[in-house]
Amino acid sequence: MTEWLSYRPSDFLMFAPDTYWRLFELHNAAWWPLGLLANVLVLALALALWQGHEHAARPGMALMAALSALVAWGFVWRLYVPINWGAQALAGLYVLAALGWLMLNGTAGRARRSRAGTLLLLMASLSWPLLAPADARPIVQAEFIGLAPDPTALAGLGLLLHTRPASRAGRWLWWALLGLGVLACLVSATTLATMEQAQAFAPLAAAAIALGAAIRRRA
Amino acid sequence: MLGLGLAPFAVPPAGAQAAPEPLQRRIASTGETIPAIGLGSWITFNVGNDPRARAQCTEVVRAFFADGGRLIDSSPMYGSSQPVIGQALASLGTPAALFSAEKVWTGSAARGPAQIEQSRAHWGVPRFDLLQVHNLLAWEEHLPMLQRMKAEGRLRYVGITTSEGRRHDELERLLRTQTLDFVQLTYNPLDREAELRLLPLARERGVAVIVNRTFREGQLTRALARHPLPGWAAEVGATSWAQLILKFVLAHPAVTCAIPATRQVAHVRENLAAARGPLPDAAQRERIARAIGAL
Repeated sequence: MTEWLSYRPSDFLMFAPDTYWRLFELHNAAWWPLGLLANVLVLALALALWQGHEHAARPGMALMAALSALVAWGFVWRLYVPINWGAQALAGLYVLAALGWLMLNGTAGRARRSRAGTLLLLMASLSWPLLAPADARPIVQAEFIGLAPDPTALAGLGLLLHTRPASRAGRWLWWALLGLGVLACLVSATTLATMEQAQAFAPLAAAAIALGAAIRRRA
Repeated sequence: MLGLGLAPFAVPPAGAQAAPEPLQRRIASTGETIPAIGLGSWITFNVGNDPRARAQCTEVVRAFFADGGRLIDSSPMYGSSQPVIGQALASLGTPAALFSAEKVWTGSAARGPAQIEQSRAHWGVPRFDLLQVHNLLAWEEHLPMLQRMKAEGRLRYVGITTSEGRRHDELERLLRTQTLDFVQLTYNPLDREAELRLLPLARERGVAVIVNRTFREGQLTRALARHPLPGWAAEVGATSWAQLILKFVLAHPAVTCAIPATRQVAHVRENLAAARGPLPDAAQRERIARAIGAL
């Protein structure tokens, strides 16, 4: 037991930062321009929800289900797991999120306005791709929704804050999806911090915004 | 036969000066010698399916053999490192000089043989020269299995590993009670606990010592890069902090081989060059440790 206490997060980091960022470059090249298209769709979703279009929520949930599944298989399973055996759990997390979005969509919830939700959707679609050049990495390593885990988790949290489940089961699903999104952000923040990457604060801030808004909403 | 050729794999291009052979160290259990610098693969060779990074790793392995290196170390724990090594070896025609050092890393005794077979397939070698129980995980089951493999001629050497100073008491107990060819542990100018009991004991018991984390996964060399190399480093033939650290490690009489990991050809050459020329004496070693500790 005491031996486990001697381990630090860095002891479990099996890859170099350049290897991690290069995954996004390879993935973007393979799927171009899907990432850009997904970001445009999410941006349009953010605008529709901000303007109070209630009918935008359900197509948004279907979109998030598809994008979460794509992240689980396309990025995490195919590219990330080969360099990080612990990422198998992360693939499972995004599969669960995809299923959760499908089920939440089935509960016929309604949309609601949320400033925090819009902020997270804008962060995911507009800010996240700019983190690579802001950190002096090439733009080809930018992270896009549907291709990269972090902006997909953020977009999910943003959409979640814009939805109002109509049933008790829907409310359970809502909190479960919130938990999965926050967990994904925390895992990413820990990984990035262990790699000594400046953008580690970003998923942490997103998780804090989502949790804060969810708790305020419940109060 | 694997691991018995001493000649470097690659012939230097015409007009190039072949580097002199690096310092050789004797494996006490057989008398075979291996170069005192090997090649680790933790983190550096875990590049997934990236073709550019894989090609870079192949060039590192090519340079390693060309400059007289032999021992390459990996583990099933190291992500994609094994297939990356396998691809590099295949593209170089699996150099006869190769001394393949692998590990078994599973808590299940039943899964050990299948894992070793999968590792062997990744490397593309007929058998491993050395198999080690990674971090002493389930050593009670794995060590007898490895000893059987050795007795059957399916393996040449058996070892155990630990890193970053963990489980040293248990390591000491195994050194005293088990028949081992190799032990792998962490040792560098800042992590010197092994000097107290483990290194003298390994020498006394005739167990070859592989040293890992010589640069603390690069943290040490990155931190030292901010400081100029002391002038007295030239007395031991060191031209960089990395070489000074490696010379410190290799100068310990119990150390057989250090396995720094890198993905840069220039660094693998620099590392192998540390095993040429003079090594520090006891006073110089203390000076190195003091200087690095003070920075």
